[in-house]
Amino acid sequence: MDDPLVIGDRQYNSRLITGTGGATNLAVLERALKASGTELTTVSIRRVDTAGGTGVLEVLERLGIDPLPNTAGCRTAAEAVLTARMAREALGTSWVKLEVVADDRTLLPDPVELLEAAATLIDDGFTVLPYTNDDPVLALRLEELGCAAVMPLGSPIGTGLGIRNPHNIELIVARANVPVILDAGIGTASDATLVMELGCSAVLLATAVTRATDPEAMATAMRHGVIAGRLAHGAGRVPQRFWAQASSPPR
Amino acid sequence: MFIQVNGSERDVPDGATVTEMLAALGVPARGVAVAVDGTVIARTNHDQTVVPDGADVEVLTAVQGG
Repeated sequence: MDDPLVIGDRQYNSRLITGTGGATNLAVLERALKASGTELTTVSIRRVDTAGGTGVLEVLERLGIDPLPNTAGCRTAAEAVLTARMAREALGTSWVKLEVVADDRTLLPDPVELLEAAATLIDDGFTVLPYTNDDPVLALRLEELGCAAVMPLGSPIGTGLGIRNPHNIELIVARANVPVILDAGIGTASDATLVMELGCSAVLLATAVTRATDPEAMATAMRHGVIAGRLAHGAGRVPQRFWAQASSPPR
Repeated sequence: MFIQVNGSERDVPDGATVTEMLAALGVPARGVAVAVDGTVIARTNHDQTVVPDGADVEVLTAVQGG
């Protein structure tokens, strides 16, 4: 299937982007990442402890997966910009998943701080993938600033509530000229399928896999779910009808 | 000299560069980023940048997340 995901100057065969948070250990994470078929995976940037590295980069390197540093935990544009600049030096990548959240209970993006951070980082040469609300207007503003993709939430981070406003996601897709990557809220494989059926270019998920009872099996399910939704989106579904329509000949 | 590293006081050689400081702290240079007194030090400048006495240093790396 030659249907690559194109973001900025990169191409990926997989339309599933994963996170690394929540896995109980690195061995579980490695098996899940491998099963997911992902080629791009988020990591967070934190203070080193006395033991040095955490081993997560080595796992990604072994699997040939590109790291996508995030700015998780940042509340202000200034914090996010500093974290992105540190990530660029630590990982040697100018790609960043820009995350600026408003508070700890909702973890919803703060649109004002997000726009400011995106503008600063784009000026500084970053490839910015912003985690944003399911707000079609904000998505457009982020694209106009020069973001390489827009990443609206399906529902709040870690809730597994799925896609709470499918119509907003469709509105975002309908006007976007950059990839729309649904980020956050995925609970199970059918959610990932729905996202792709709505016309999104990719899905970003972490918790749904890493905190599943069997992360490796759920990662496999997500891989298939994304592929199924992508194919269905392009296949031209039948119209929904109120009354039955026989699929066998009358006699 | 004494500097603050990630909020803890540490003793490193006087006049150490960022590269020498990381070695003294036992932190692998690969996969880490360093800020000195709030300024991110580009990786290409680690060998030349001298850490001032009493500096407030942050050393960050990638961890599981997101």
